[in-house]
Amino acid sequence: MRIWLEKQRHLIDFTLASLARRKTKNIGLLVAYTLLVFVLASLTLFTNALRTEATFVLAGSPEVIVQRMVAGRHDLIPPGYLDKIGRIRGVQKMEGRLWGYYYDPVLNANYTFMARPAEEVASGTIMVGAALARERGLDAHNTISFRSYSGKLFTFEVASVLSPDSELLSADLILLSEEDFRSFFEYPAGHFTDIALSVANPQEVRNIAAKLSSALPDSRPILREEVLRTYQSVFDWREGIVLTVLAGAILAFAILAWEKASGLSAEEKREIGILKAIGWETGDVLRMKLWEGLLISLTAFLLGFIGAYVHVFHFGAAVFEPVLKGWAVLYPRFTLLPAIDGLQVATLFFFTVFPYTAAVLVPIWRAAITDPDAVMR
Amino acid sequence: MIELSEIKKAFNQGRPNEYWALSGIDLTLEAGKVTAFRGPSGSGKTTLLTLVGCLARPTSGRVRFKGQDISGLPERFLTEIRRQSFGFVFQQFNLIKGLSALENVILPGFPTGRPRAELIDAAEGLFEQLKLSHRRQAKVEWLSGGEQQRVAIARALINDPEVIIADEPTANLDTALSREFMTILEGFTAAGKTVLLTSHDPLVVESSAVHRVVGMRDGKLVDQ
Amino acid sequence: MRRPSNVAFLLLATLFLAVVLIFAHSGQSTAAHTPRLLANRDLVVRLGLTDLALFTEARYTRHPSQADLHSALQDHPGAFDHFPTGSLLPPPALLKRPHANLAGKTTSPD
Repeated sequence: MRIWLEKQRHLIDFTLASLARRKTKNIGLLVAYTLLVFVLASLTLFTNALRTEATFVLAGSPEVIVQRMVAGRHDLIPPGYLDKIGRIRGVQKMEGRLWGYYYDPVLNANYTFMARPAEEVASGTIMVGAALARERGLDAHNTISFRSYSGKLFTFEVASVLSPDSELLSADLILLSEEDFRSFFEYPAGHFTDIALSVANPQEVRNIAAKLSSALPDSRPILREEVLRTYQSVFDWREGIVLTVLAGAILAFAILAWEKASGLSAEEKREIGILKAIGWETGDVLRMKLWEGLLISLTAFLLGFIGAYVHVFHFGAAVFEPVLKGWAVLYPRFTLLPAIDGLQVATLFFFTVFPYTAAVLVPIWRAAITDPDAVMR
Repeated sequence: MIELSEIKKAFNQGRPNEYWALSGIDLTLEAGKVTAFRGPSGSGKTTLLTLVGCLARPTSGRVRFKGQDISGLPERFLTEIRRQSFGFVFQQFNLIKGLSALENVILPGFPTGRPRAELIDAAEGLFEQLKLSHRRQAKVEWLSGGEQQRVAIARALINDPEVIIADEPTANLDTALSREFMTILEGFTAAGKTVLLTSHDPLVVESSAVHRVVGMRDGKLVDQ
Repeated sequence: MRRPSNVAFLLLATLFLAVVLIFAHSGQSTAAHTPRLLANRDLVVRLGLTDLALFTEARYTRHPSQADLHSALQDHPGAFDHFPTGSLLPPPALLKRPHANLAGKTTSPD
């Protein structure tokens, strides 16, 4: 055992000494490889953290939301629907919701207006999301005017700014009283945007959705599990951006591997011949190269992973932000819960360390089985 | 110590460029002596050394080393014997560029699993003997021809082999360095080592340090 | 003389340690983030929120889980007509599992 260990250490010594001979090239390789792992690991960590966060937070979203469809489009809920739904057995609580979108030409941004009961938000005042407040320079007790879709100007006083901790959910929110909401959007009395339901027995949600569909044929129930599923699969590996990054990474990796595979110069072949002639076995040469592959890929993996963690959870995934932002003017500032999925990390480890090591080993195989007397010819 | 019987060696056998480098060699080599193989290039003397040194196997015939038939052994065992019992000094020295003299010398010790400190001590001792201590950290491509050869010799000796095989050891050296090499050769004999070398340098084959000269031509032994 | 393998082992050990610390930090952060997460979940419950405010650029991207069946982003993954949001969002589960189970069970035509 001691001898085996000492031998492996000798092989590592040799492989490091030979790597040190082409410092620039090998450091360049390590940097490229580390960057590759960095991008992939950042993506994995970021999407996983976002999914974890969304799943936890949105678990509190309404169990069922009922929309009304007219000609295939979302339409207002007319009076009487709440009563009809109330008659369905198993519905515990229901609430007509009022919300809508407003385009603000000052920022060229879309806001989400949401009506709240008068005891929460007094008439004439609003509560605004932190990202919106930041972009429009709003603070508590400031006033702001919006021109409604009908052309009338409404002035509100900012009662408070929502906690910046909740920006991921509330970046563009404007909460106002029901009364203000109805007059601002000229919403017909008794109509609602949609209806939120809670169900007494969670097992019954699907049944109730089916009952809703038959009682109100023009309604479309959206279940909480569907909401959660939407965010479970955000940034799924098949989605465009992930696929694009992945494709780039795989391509880069292929180039790297090809460079390695074809990079076995006459000089390297001669060296392997020398090693064999002075008493190294084929297995020793292969083991030496295996160590080379493992050392480089392990170092690159660890560096890339550490870099990715710092990038995603300390610098807020700054590299991805421009992509995620898209054309959004109001983009939330958020820190994510640094959740790491061990299985994902293991998968990433396998897909980066293993192929590189193989790419290093395969070309050496042919060279390593050459006859040791080649050096004498 | 080494017995060769009816040794034949073909290259590219069965192909149009088939070539018989050795065609029937019978020879016995004594332990503790210096034997020189002399002959024109292409006479098969280097090929013969590769067979004796377990670098290659004969196409037919037997090689016996200390009474053991080694011509039929699998590569693993050949490597083992080569590592323990043979040290090689190649014509082109075959040092690994970019590594220091010291690192080159300890290379054959790696597969044995000897501790690094021990290997370095042994290498320092050899450098001392070969008067090369001041150059041990220098990269080998910065060394002169004579220094490179002494590094190659130190590398051949690191595993303390019984047999030293040198292929055209003086081909790249001037007269003064060649004489120096012959002095080192005498040191080997004094240390009880068997030396096999090829050369057509009169300075080597006519030297008193060489005990026996074997002539070769066209893959066969010729009388001197 | 410094032994190359020692240097490499030291480097790798340091990196391993950093990764272990990362996992420890990740585990520990859960506690630190819990109040924020709970507060956010309360906000979701209170306001009945259904979506993250990640895609605020257009009204039809703001609430992907609530978008009606005929709006953008509902048809195809990687819908590059609305980049980048379209390339980040999958088609809704509704499309993968259509309302076929209700077909014929309702009194009005689907």
